[in-house]
Amino acid sequence: MRVSISHLNPYLALFRIRMIAGLQYRAAAWAGAATQFFWGFMLLSIYLAFYRSGGGEPPMPWPQLASYIWLQQAFLALFGLWWQDNELLSSITNGHVAYELCRPCDLYAFWSTRLLAMRLSNVALRCLPILTVTFFLPATYRLSPPAGVAGLLLFLLSITLAALLNVAVSMFVYILTFITLSPVGSRLLIGVASEFMMGSIIPIPLMPVWIQRLLNFFPFRYISDLPLRLWSGNIYGREALFQIMVQLAWLAGLCVLGHVCFRRVCKRVVVQGG
Amino acid sequence: MLYLKYLKMNLRSFLQYRLNTFLAVLAQFLSSAVAFAGVYLLFDRFGSLGGWSLGEVSLCFAVTLSAFAITDCVARGFDVFSGSVKSGDFDRILLRPRGTVLQVMGSHFELSRLGRLLEALLVLVLAVRWLGLAWDFPKALTLLLMLLGGACTFTGIYILGAAVCFFTVEGLEFLNIFTHGGRELASYPLTIFNRWLRRFFTFIVPFGCMNYLPLLYLTGRAEQHAALYMLTPLLGVAFLFPCVLVWRMGVKRYLSTGN
Repeated sequence: MRVSISHLNPYLALFRIRMIAGLQYRAAAWAGAATQFFWGFMLLSIYLAFYRSGGGEPPMPWPQLASYIWLQQAFLALFGLWWQDNELLSSITNGHVAYELCRPCDLYAFWSTRLLAMRLSNVALRCLPILTVTFFLPATYRLSPPAGVAGLLLFLLSITLAALLNVAVSMFVYILTFITLSPVGSRLLIGVASEFMMGSIIPIPLMPVWIQRLLNFFPFRYISDLPLRLWSGNIYGREALFQIMVQLAWLAGLCVLGHVCFRRVCKRVVVQGG
Repeated sequence: MLYLKYLKMNLRSFLQYRLNTFLAVLAQFLSSAVAFAGVYLLFDRFGSLGGWSLGEVSLCFAVTLSAFAITDCVARGFDVFSGSVKSGDFDRILLRPRGTVLQVMGSHFELSRLGRLLEALLVLVLAVRWLGLAWDFPKALTLLLMLLGGACTFTGIYILGAAVCFFTVEGLEFLNIFTHGGRELASYPLTIFNRWLRRFFTFIVPFGCMNYLPLLYLTGRAEQHAALYMLTPLLGVAFLFPCVLVWRMGVKRYLSTGN
């Protein structure tokens, strides 16, 4: 008799269910892909005009920047920290979280799985159309192929870690919501700060050097900037391996810290009424 | 006026949740401030943008952002309109002996967008200082017209977006291209864009008219027909008419989803 794997592992089962649920919104995904495509095209027009205005040696060759922008659009759902699971957030404020706490699972892992599935299903639908189309655009706007096999492998490794790191950082939004009981503040804090610090406002290589150095000390850069630069070979070789190690360290550190904090806030949670 | 009453009601409801409102205003302020920081850093890196200076682009940015903030504040009801078609709430609006546009407009007032407006005005002050423009009455008037034309253009797009809901029930994410995309695009002088984008956003959706053309006048680039450049933002106001027309058509076709 075949035993489905979902009997063995509740986390995998949840992941599957959430993936399937997320993959239902296909029409929305097409609309989203079109929007992102337009957005990327517009950003590239702006940067192209800046590049053509001169101002010395550009900090990043044009084809690398074009790839940076397109990948950023294609994998948007893996990056944006302002996008969170509203159902979970409101469950904390309205008390439904009590049901969640009854589960015989590690709730930190359970919620992380759910968040991961939400982001992955979204990306799965949007990234392929964007990548395919942008690959065949006229030369100026084209998404360049990755910098060799090494570039591709490093990118794949790093974007996987980035997705996990994103979830680890996201969990702090939920932890803070347990304390403040309103998602507005924590979302604001993490949302606005991360946008800038992960290079979603302008690509990090275009920033002044002192800001770039500063951003190395925060986890946000490793969610988005690092994988995008590995693809085009802007960061390569030993430096690339070193940065991936840093990424891994952030991931491990934030997971442990998040786990501890999460357990503490769960112990203190007060559910009123019934 | 009825709209002022709506406004008062909405304001009161916001003041019930002071801290929340304050945080939301702060969030809007910060997110626009970060966007402007991006523009500033790019100029820091590249010096100029296709012959435009930081001051000129800041002026463009500030006017567009203010216009958008005003629209998002006042006409937010159209932006969240798909919800009331889906739930059938629009039926109630039809029953009342007042215009639909006014009622939908009054249904929401997003106070938090004032944070964005505040940031835009700060940038405007900075831009004027950087440019060192000699202000006179026609220039001040042009600036006001730009704000008016811009706000009308964005409102028109919001109304169109809401009117689409009469046909599709669901709101379309695609329309964000014209609202948020339009805002981002109109933050820069139109010349830096590709010919097709430029034409589309001048003749079909008149962002170029509320923004780029009068900007030429303000920065002293328009030598002849200055008055014409000055008055182009009025086309943004004219843009409202076809939009309201489409809205009227939609209302006529409206079939309640019932509940």
